[in-house]
Amino acid sequence: MLHLGPNRSGPVMNSDPLAKAPRVPLLDLMSVFFRVGVASFGGSTAAWLYRELVERRGWLDEEHFLTALTLAQVLPGANPVNLSIYVGSQLRGGIGGAAAALGMVGPPFCIILALGYLYRAYGASAVAHAVLGGLAAVGVGMTLSIGFKLARKVRKPMPTLIAVALFVIVGLLHWPMIPVVLVLTPLSIGLERYAGGKAAS
Amino acid sequence: MNETRLLTLVLVFAPLSLLSFGGGQAIIADMQHQVVDVRHWLTGPEFADLFALSRAAPGPSTLIAALIGWQVAGLLGAVVATLAIYIPSSLVVYGAVRWWHASKDSLWRGAFERGLMPVAVGLVFAGAYAVLQAAHVNALQIITTILVAGLLIYTRIGIYLIMAVTALLYGLLQFL
Repeated sequence: MLHLGPNRSGPVMNSDPLAKAPRVPLLDLMSVFFRVGVASFGGSTAAWLYRELVERRGWLDEEHFLTALTLAQVLPGANPVNLSIYVGSQLRGGIGGAAAALGMVGPPFCIILALGYLYRAYGASAVAHAVLGGLAAVGVGMTLSIGFKLARKVRKPMPTLIAVALFVIVGLLHWPMIPVVLVLTPLSIGLERYAGGKAAS
Repeated sequence: MNETRLLTLVLVFAPLSLLSFGGGQAIIADMQHQVVDVRHWLTGPEFADLFALSRAAPGPSTLIAALIGWQVAGLLGAVVATLAIYIPSSLVVYGAVRWWHASKDSLWRGAFERGLMPVAVGLVFAGAYAVLQAAHVNALQIITTILVAGLLIYTRIGIYLIMAVTALLYGLLQFL
């Protein structure tokens, strides 16, 4: 079993979305996060992880990825690091979380120190600035493309309304994210629980 | 002397780590206050430059902590500041993940995961919009963003090829 956690009762195990996932070698885990760490310009970590973990390797299913994404945003800490800890520890326990986070932070750590050195030695370079600006635009484009793919999972009117409301309130109106999420998430879960309860009875 | 500086780095960044609800943007103002006004490690414009650098580079923007640590106590300072900004929050996340997966029945788990879906989707779009706004984008970048999103959705062109071509084009444009 993949979990190191005390998750032992039968029925819960069977509904565990990770129960069917393969055991991931630590080195593979780390190398995926390493690659994402290097490539994730313009805040595109989530998009890269979706591509590498869900689409290409099938280590997580879509629902589980979205859970990880929301929790990573709401809990304290940088989203890329939180996603690494979440996914790594789900796949390989605490050591997996540490390996994933190290893979995710290591390359950008080296890159930013190198950029900092160049910046201090030679001042701001117009070409470097332009290239990084272009890569950031690609990163945002990638995030949007993944956003549209994920949005196809949200079909019913109420969930669609919640997704749109969140974008408008947090994105366009700049209300603080945490309180908005703390109100809309329980509402959304409650609606799903209600619908699920009706379907079960 | 250097030990004192390293300890100060930990004392500045570790509490910020635990306060960074929702990501780095939540603490950047506090960080600036600590680094510029309280500790005088950097001037305001220097901090702004490093912040722009940390946004342009891949990875989380809180890696600005590494640049500040480097400024204060060299390479070891960069490592210590980075660990201080990530380890406390990571322990919280690890604890939350273990707790959540140890304690729940499957009906609620299903509702929880389906209920988080629209929230996550809304946040993905809000995040993309926030990056566009914060970066003072020009028209070319907006066009690039839309074009890349379209290419990724409707074609099978690889992302690495797109990144290489974009980097080349943006670089060459500087010489026109």
